[in-house]
This record gives sequence, structure tokens and C-alpha cells, in this order.
Amino acid sequence: MCTTCGCGDTELVPVELHEKILAGNDRAARHNREHFLEARVLALNLMGSPGAGKTAVLEATAKAAAAKGWRLGAVSADLATDNDARRLQKAGIPSKAITTGQACHLDAELVHRSLHDFPWRDTDMFFIENVGNLVCPAIYDLGQAANVVVLSVTEGEDKPLKYPVMFNAADLVLLTKCDLVPHLDVELAKIHDALARVMPRPRMIEVSARTGQGMDAWVAWLEELRDGIGLGGADAHAHGHEHSHAHSHEHAHGDERHSHAHSHDGHEHEHGSADHHGHARGGKHDHD
Amino acid sequence: MHEYSLVEALVTRVEAEAKKRDAIAVHKLSVRVGELSGVDPELFQTAYETFRAGTICAGVPLTLTRVAASWSCPRCRTPIARGAILRCPACDTPGKLDDGSDALTLDGIEMEVP
Ligand SMILES: Nc1nc2c(ncn2[C@@H]2O[C@H](COP(=O)(O)OP(=O)(O)O)[C@@H](O)[C@H]2O)c(=O)[nH]1
Ligand SMILES: [Mg+2]
Ligand SMILES: [Zn+2]
Ligand SMILES: [Zn+2]
Ligand SMILES: [Zn+2]
Ligand SMILES: [Zn+2]
Ligand SMILES: [Zn+2]
Ligand SMILES: [Zn+2]
Repeated sequence: MCTTCGCGDTELVPVELHEKILAGNDRAARHNREHFLEARVLALNLMGSPGAGKTAVLEATAKAAAAKGWRLGAVSADLATDNDARRLQKAGIPSKAITTGQACHLDAELVHRSLHDFPWRDTDMFFIENVGNLVCPAIYDLGQAANVVVLSVTEGEDKPLKYPVMFNAADLVLLTKCDLVPHLDVELAKIHDALARVMPRPRMIEVSARTGQGMDAWVAWLEELRDGIGLGGADAHAHGHEHSHAHSHEHAHGDERHSHAHSHDGHEHEHGSADHHGHARGGKHDHD
Repeated sequence: MHEYSLVEALVTRVEAEAKKRDAIAVHKLSVRVGELSGVDPELFQTAYETFRAGTICAGVPLTLTRVAASWSCPRCRTPIARGAILRCPACDTPGKLDDGSDALTLDGIEMEVP
């Protein structure tokens, strides 16, 4: 066609893409995952209904983790308040709210932005408390090492069958409020059976934030996961890592205490406390 | 209603592709929705019809193809029946979700180019 006035024939072309609609989120999640691995932080995405006991289980985890010497951190998605972050802070877990407004889930970019002004690098385990919702948080990868779905004994045994997308995404189900079991008609065997129909490798730990039941098994699971992906060793700070950024917002690296190979393209970049940053020890680092 | 944010990602992707190819117009979109993608096809269609106004997709039909979820054995390929325990009935290996079962995919765009 003539580009001056638009006369002439146009052509209809079918463009085959076969591309995931969430490809953009998946890219941002990979970026987060690289950051977590490079900083040797075990990141966990905690999902479940509103009121399932996500915040309470983290509060209880603070006690159990103190014995291990783990440094915990958390960001909590909250529609309007920062109540959960304040509860966690009070329990001794440095925390921050991610105010989601109307959004019914967290996405990788929201999590990424929350990292900018939170000392997540100083943690061994970083919990992301997702929006209370059993539907869509499951489809957004955040860059976590594992998905933990919190299900309380009061929610009904058939929840896994009703929300297969969520339970299919779970690496672990924490069955919470087990102190209430004697007062309810709930049959735990039915929950196990339902899980086996939606999770190919069903894994469930029965806990109570109230009594501390099961917290040792949960901590052991975390430890096993951490060792499994090689984040457990003592020599936490000697490694090299290639990494490139393609996002277009301001980005600060806070206070990294290790040397890393890290190349950036296309975004503003500043380093926090420069003394801790170990590029001089051999990390490749380009800024353009 | 995450369907709206998904539709937004879809329309943004279509706009980028149209720009890249200097398209004059977009005529058709096709999207595949896996049963375990976490997306309700009806809600997605409704969200699309609301959201497309004022974008390059205004008036552009969207064809949604549903893909049923299915599981099979990653070792011996034996299918696992719907609703069954997710272990291979033949060799007891944990099942694996078949391709497309949990995906939300932009398959293709029909565009008018100069
Ligand atoms: N009995 C009992 N109640 C619990 C337990 N964990 C949480 N709860 C209660 O359940 C409610 C919701 O807990 P919360 O942690 O805020 O849930 P979230 O919305 O998933 O973060 C609160 O009233 C808690 O006191 C538990 O282990 N046992
Ligand atoms: Mg909470
Ligand atoms: Zn002309
Ligand atoms: Zn959502
Ligand atoms: Zn980065
Ligand atoms: Zn950034
Ligand atoms: Zn850097
Ligand atoms: Zn088999």
C-alpha cells in the first residue's frame, strides 16, 4: 500500500504467537528469583483464604525460628491496612505491608517493588503473605522457592477439590487451627484424600499457631527445602552470578554484603551502603 | 476479578505486536484457556468486551478455546482418570499435568498490514 495516502491493497496476515498471557509476570518473577538466589534468601509465597491463619502461623514461626537462629522477614499483602505487617513486626519479624487496593492477588512486579525499600537481603527466610483468596494468587509466580497453602480445619474438607488450581500449585499445605479439631466434625482423612486428587505429590503438615503443634515439622520442612536448593551452607557469601535487568524503574541494591557478577541494562541504579558492596572482589558489573 | 488484569496484559501484547508490524487493524484474536489456568472463560470474555473499548481491539472478536485438564504418567504415559488419585494406575509414579491444562495462551492474531 502507498504510505502517503493509504490507497492500494492491504493484506490480512495470521500471526501465530502461542505465548503465555502471563509471560510478562513470569519474566518479572524470574528476575525476583535470581535476586533471592543471589542473596541466598529462601522466599516463600503463603496463600490461603482470608482468616485461614496465614499471619498467625508466621507469628508462631517467629518463635520456632529464633531457636534456629534464622532471620525472618515478611511482606504482607493487605487491601487497605497494615495490620498484618504490624502483627508480624510485634512478633519479631521485620515486616512491611504491600497495599494492594482493589487487587485480589500479588504479582511479581508488586513484590519486586516492595523489595526496594525493605532489608530483605538481611533475611534467611522471606515470607510473602499473599492476598486472602483461594483463586487467582495461584496463577502469579512471584519468584518464590515454594508455594505454601494455608488451609484451616474450619474451612471444610472439600476445599482442595473446589479450588484445584490453588492446591495444584501448592508445594506444601499447612493445615492450621488443629487445636480446634476436637470441637469440630472435620475428618482429616477426607482432606488427605482430596489433596491426593489435586496434588501429584501431596504434602500436608498439621499445625496450630495457638498450641505450637506441628511447628517443629514445619520448621524441618523449611530447613529441608533450604538445604535442597543449596541455601543452607555456612559459606554464604562466595559465589558469582550473572544477571541482567530489563526493567525501567529506579532500583537500589541496599546493602549487599557479597561479591556478585551482576550486569544491568536499561534502568537507573544506585547502590546503598557502598562499603558492603563487594564488586571489587571480582564481580562483573556494568552500568550503562 | 483478575480477568481484567489478564485482559489488560493481552491487549497490551496485541498492541505491541500490531505496532511492530505496522498493522492498520486487528481482525481476530484467539486464546486458549486451560481448565486449570485459574481463568473463567465467561468472565474473561466479558472483561475483554468491556476493556477493548478505545483500544486497538475495539470491535475485534475474541475466540476462546477451552482445554480440558488431563493428567498422565510422566514415565509410561498411562492416562490418569479424571478425579482419581494422581498416581499412575500402572506404575504408581506421581502424575503430571498434560500440556495446556493450566495454560492461558495467546495463540494468534489476525492483522491487516499494508
Ligand atoms: N484456635 C485457633 N485460632 C487461630 C489459629 N490461627 C489463627 N487463628 C485465628 O484465626 C483468625 C484469623 O487468623 P489470621 O492469622 O489473621 O488469618 P489470615 O487472614 O490468614 O492471616 C484469628 O482470629 C486468629 O486468632 C490457631 O492455630 N488456632
Ligand atoms: Mg493475614
Ligand atoms: Zn497513494
Ligand atoms: Zn487476582
Ligand atoms: Zn534487579
Ligand atoms: Zn528493581
Ligand atoms: Zn549492583
Ligand atoms: Zn506409569
